[in-house]
Amino acid sequence: MALKQTPSQTVGPFFAYGLTPEQYGYDLTSVADGMVRDDSTAGTHIRIEGRVLDGQGEVVSDAMIEIWQADAQGRYAHPDDPRGSNADFTGLGRQGTGTDPQSRFRFDTVKPGSAAEGSAPHISLIVFARGLPSHAYTRIYFADEAAANATDPVLSQVPAERRETLIASRTDESGVPTYCFDIHLQGNSETVFFDV
Amino acid sequence: MTSTPFRPRDWSSHPSFVDPRADGYRSSALRGPTKPLVPIRQSISELTGPVYGHDSVGELDGDLTRNGRRNGEPLGERIVVTGRVLDENGRPQPNTLIEVWQANAAGRYIHKVDQHDAPIDPNFFGGGRCVTDGEGRYRFHSIKPGAYPWGNHPNAWRPNHIHFSLFGPAFATRLVTQMYFPGDPLLALDPIFSGIPEAARERLVADFSIDVTEQDFALGYVFDIVLRGRDTTPMED
Ligand SMILES: [Fe+3]
Repeated sequence: MALKQTPSQTVGPFFAYGLTPEQYGYDLTSVADGMVRDDSTAGTHIRIEGRVLDGQGEVVSDAMIEIWQADAQGRYAHPDDPRGSNADFTGLGRQGTGTDPQSRFRFDTVKPGSAAEGSAPHISLIVFARGLPSHAYTRIYFADEAAANATDPVLSQVPAERRETLIASRTDESGVPTYCFDIHLQGNSETVFFDV
Repeated sequence: MTSTPFRPRDWSSHPSFVDPRADGYRSSALRGPTKPLVPIRQSISELTGPVYGHDSVGELDGDLTRNGRRNGEPLGERIVVTGRVLDENGRPQPNTLIEVWQANAAGRYIHKVDQHDAPIDPNFFGGGRCVTDGEGRYRFHSIKPGAYPWGNHPNAWRPNHIHFSLFGPAFATRLVTQMYFPGDPLLALDPIFSGIPEAARERLVADFSIDVTEQDFALGYVFDIVLRGRDTTPMED
C-alpha cells in the first residue's frame, strides 16, 4: 500500500446548497434527488420513506441519505455489472431530511431485482449527518421478500435479533407500495451498520 | 464475474463515530453508532457506484468566483485549488465527481439556517463541482472561506475549510471530508479536525503552491485525496 486514506469528516449542518440544492430551493442543479425513477421506468414503482433518529429518539433534521440500487431486473448501471443495464435508470438517490415537516427522507424508485444468485432484493444506503464524523453504511431489505431474505448472505451474517432493523415494513395507503425504513443511529433498536 | 474488493476503511485514518473526548465534537455523542459494525463481504452492490464524466458538470460549476455573480465580483481572496485523486495503490482515479461547498470570505454560508451574523455576499454562492481528468486531476476556482463560530463550546470557531464530497469508482469508496488551509491557528483548537487520529490529520491540510498560483489572479493550493484501493488478490465469484 503506497498511500494512506484521506480521513473522513462530517458533512456538517450546511450541506444542503452544495449536495441537495434543488430539494432545498437553491439555484444549482442537483446530481441526484428523491426521484430515482421516471414515469416510464420498468418495474414496480415504490416509495421509500423514513426518518433518522438519534440516541434519544429525536428526529435528525440535518442528515443526508444516499441510496444505490439495481434496477427491477437486478442490474446496476455500472460497467462492472456484466449483465448490462437499463440506460435510463441510474439507481442513485440523495435526500436531505431538512425539508419535510416530520424530517423524513423519501425516495420514489422501483423495487430492485435480485442482483446476484441467492441475494435478496435490497438497496444500499449511506447516512451522513451533522455530528457523524464518518459516514455509515446500511441496507434496506423488504418485508414482503421473506423467503429471499431468509437465505440472503449478508442478512445471515447479522445477529438474528438485529435483522429486523434492516427490513422495511410495507403499507399501501398512498396508492403506491410504500416501505418505511427508520434509521436508529443509536439505542436499543440501533440499525445495523456495515463495515463494507 | 471477477471483481476485486476494496481494502477496508482504515480506522486509523478516520474519526470514530462517537468522539470519546470530554472536550470533543459534542453532537457526535447521540448520533454515532455504538454497536460494532457488522463486516460483510463486498458484493456487486458495494463494488459498483454512479458513473460520471466531463458532461456531468456545467461550464461554471468549477468556478465559484463566477457561478454566483449577480452584479459584480465576489469579495475576498481568490484561490485556485487543484490536486489528484488517487487510491491507496497510487493509481489515479479518473472521472470522479467532486462536489464542494463552503462559507464566503466573511465566514457566512448562504444556507438558510446559518445564523452567523456576518454578511452574505450577493455575488458568491459557495457551491460547485468538478470531475477528475484521465490522470485523476481536478481543479476549481473559489474565494478563500472565512472562519465562523459554532456552538460546540464557548468561543468555538471552525478553521477555514472547504467541504468535499467524492464518489470514486464505487459506493464503497464514497468519501465526504473537509480541506483545511496551512498555518491556521484554529486547527489546533478544532474538535472536528482533531477528532481524526493524530497521524492522519495533516492529510487534510492543503499545501500553498506558488507554482499553482495564477499571476495577478488567485493563490494556489494543492490538495491530494486518497480513496480506498482495490485489494491485490482478486475475489472469484
Ligand atoms: Fe463548514
